[in-house]
Amino acid sequence: MSTQKTFRLDGKKIPFEPGDTVMDAALRAGEYIPHLCHNPDFPPHGSCRVCVVDVNGRHQCSCTLPANEDMDVDNSSDDLVAIRRTLLQMLFVEGNHTCPACEKSGSCQLQAVAYNTGMLSPHFTHFFPKRLIDASHPDIVFYFNRCILCGLCVRVSRDVDGKSVFALSGRGSRTRIIFNSPSGKAVDSGLAITDKAVSVCPTGAILPKHLGYEIPIGKRLYDHQPISVIGDSAQHIQVKKSFINGDGDA
Amino acid sequence: MPRVEIISIIYFYAFLHTRARGDFDIRFSDNITDRMLGNEALLESMCRKLGVEPGTPRDDGRVCVDRTSCTGLCDQGPALLANGIAVSRLDKDRIHRIVGLIEAGIPVARWPRKFFVIEDNIQRRDKLLDGVISRGSAIEAFAVKGADALLGSIDKSGLRGRGGAGFKTATKWRLCRDAPGEQHFVVCNADEGEPGTFKDRVLLNSYANVLFEGMTICAGIVGAETGFLYLRGEYLYLRPALESRLQERRDAGLLGKNILGREGFNFDIEIHMGAGAYVCGEESALIESLEGKRGIPRNRPPFPVTHGYKNQPTVVNNVETFVAAARIAVFGSDWFRASGTEQSSGTKLLSISGDCARPGIYEYPYGISIREILNECGADDAQAVQVSGAAGLTIPPQAFYRQIAFEDVPTGGSFMVFGQHRDLLEMVRNFTHFFCHESCGFCTPCRVGGNLMRNLLEKVHVGHATSYDLEEMKRIGKVMQKAAHCGLGATAPNPVLETLSKFPAVYAKRLVNRSYEPAFDLDAALEVSRHITGRDDEAAHIRQEK
Repeated sequence: MSTQKTFRLDGKKIPFEPGDTVMDAALRAGEYIPHLCHNPDFPPHGSCRVCVVDVNGRHQCSCTLPANEDMDVDNSSDDLVAIRRTLLQMLFVEGNHTCPACEKSGSCQLQAVAYNTGMLSPHFTHFFPKRLIDASHPDIVFYFNRCILCGLCVRVSRDVDGKSVFALSGRGSRTRIIFNSPSGKAVDSGLAITDKAVSVCPTGAILPKHLGYEIPIGKRLYDHQPISVIGDSAQHIQVKKSFINGDGDA
Repeated sequence: MPRVEIISIIYFYAFLHTRARGDFDIRFSDNITDRMLGNEALLESMCRKLGVEPGTPRDDGRVCVDRTSCTGLCDQGPALLANGIAVSRLDKDRIHRIVGLIEAGIPVARWPRKFFVIEDNIQRRDKLLDGVISRGSAIEAFAVKGADALLGSIDKSGLRGRGGAGFKTATKWRLCRDAPGEQHFVVCNADEGEPGTFKDRVLLNSYANVLFEGMTICAGIVGAETGFLYLRGEYLYLRPALESRLQERRDAGLLGKNILGREGFNFDIEIHMGAGAYVCGEESALIESLEGKRGIPRNRPPFPVTHGYKNQPTVVNNVETFVAAARIAVFGSDWFRASGTEQSSGTKLLSISGDCARPGIYEYPYGISIREILNECGADDAQAVQVSGAAGLTIPPQAFYRQIAFEDVPTGGSFMVFGQHRDLLEMVRNFTHFFCHESCGFCTPCRVGGNLMRNLLEKVHVGHATSYDLEEMKRIGKVMQKAAHCGLGATAPNPVLETLSKFPAVYAKRLVNRSYEPAFDLDAALEVSRHITGRDDEAAHIRQEK
């Protein structure tokens, strides 16, 4: 055990293995670093920047940063939390997030991470973008108003499902999700409700049809404990899937 | 490749489209220097004569007129691209004639040759530009000295990357050489997209052999057999001559198999065109683009020297860096070190434009003061100099004593002069819009923060901003600097932050003297309702207090 390498996170010693990122090691040690585009089951991406930490005075993205012994990582200072809060506010004003009406509310990772950063209002002027809903698929509905462009569905469809149903198209503020289908619609994309890509969205942008608002307020994922305790919404999505399939063994 | 990926790539690059833009695709260069030379009025006049709106193809499919980011002709602007080919020195007469040619359906290839004359415009020569080295002489020096000795010489010269970041060239080459890989690659970054920079244009036009020589000795040192020249789409007109230079070199045994008859010294160079994406000047985005993908900067580490093109060890250097390396190979490290400062050896090419009597290319030893440069280019009433492009430093007169050097005012080469009569807010708006347009959209702070910044700046511009809004811009800017994924995002707030701190009066004179002012115009917000109801009477308007 004396050879176990560690770095410091908020003063605590965090052990790590070769190849670990700061995020990997922290999560394994039970330390929560807020994140949205990162899902520990898949390779890191680094686009949402919410997992930014201060390492020896430099701001770095913890999900892509290889762990190193001489690191002194700040994950909780007021300055850092303020940066994260601003990033969350940016994501909220960039799309159209009407939490009170959204069926993901209470189980939504975006919302839960916002609370984690102490965000109480979107603060900035809303962009109010015109984004479409795609309800063409018989089992799945896409609310692009809620998309935060984390690319998880894109990556998982390509790398896990082997389908490449989605792509991030465009550039800058015109970046958007498109479907791999001649009509441009989800229904022609080959996507199936059983695809892993359907269950990794950290917001309410991709939802199964036919079971709207099934979980009452008070029983939703983050209703009683924060995300730092509960963890990512995608880790719990199987519960919902079993509901669909009716096999109840998840 | 899935269909969806091809589409996503097309929509990433400004010069790629899913449908034809018309027989004539006209793009006005829209850098602040083009604006200062009156491009807006010329664009409006062309649109009026052709009966088109900017960005919308004409119904008959004949023409589309649009704007594009800086095309690197700031010293002989205003400029435009006609079907991708640069046209310089626009004026009313030239616009009038172009409109005539378009309406008559005369192909761009048959337009008057003088429209396409691009001058080198070299105003001052020093170590890099003065005197030519004979073709093959740097490669011969490599053959005589050997790879290790030549790398040692480049090390001793102190040469640092000329793109702006200033990483030591010999260190980069050594790291690449020592990195394990199936193949090694040499890439020349000729994606000269920083607004106000055009020195690579001149090197590519008149010093291409020296550039290729520099790439070839780099290949010899790191053990690469394949090289790429990533040429920005705006410089398409340079490509035929560059291809000819490459062929001449192959014919002369300076490229290809067994270069200069040395067994196993194989290297060739391929030209890869960019397609209108500033972010591809960032080396890892450039490599993504080279691989045929969207130009999204990679997560680093690993760095390109170990995991670059096709995940193999890759050197990416600026055009000027390769040119300098070739000349160091011929003339030696002492010759190079004799110019410049301790930390910034050698000389630097500056692209000077804006309010000065003699814009063009100036080569100076590092350590030259901004004041001396202004005197030489004939800028006697400058209120500010923007050094290193849109992301650079805004230098006020009281700081004209400062020097061009990595340790003082570093620069990739852009040097834009703003006279006393200019409104610096126009510069800031131009750059901030540019960064929004060029953001790759990958990370939150750049994609969203850039737009927030732009919107607040527009609020300043229309006279609705308060001092609170200025503080907001500073705060958003800091988040962008700290949290952005790449250098573009981290430096995108610079024009605002630089001018807020050095030219506060530019903002102060436009502020509303109140602590709070709505971010939107109430009356304008009613426009949709007025349109729907067909009303425009007094009661359909709201007057806001000023």
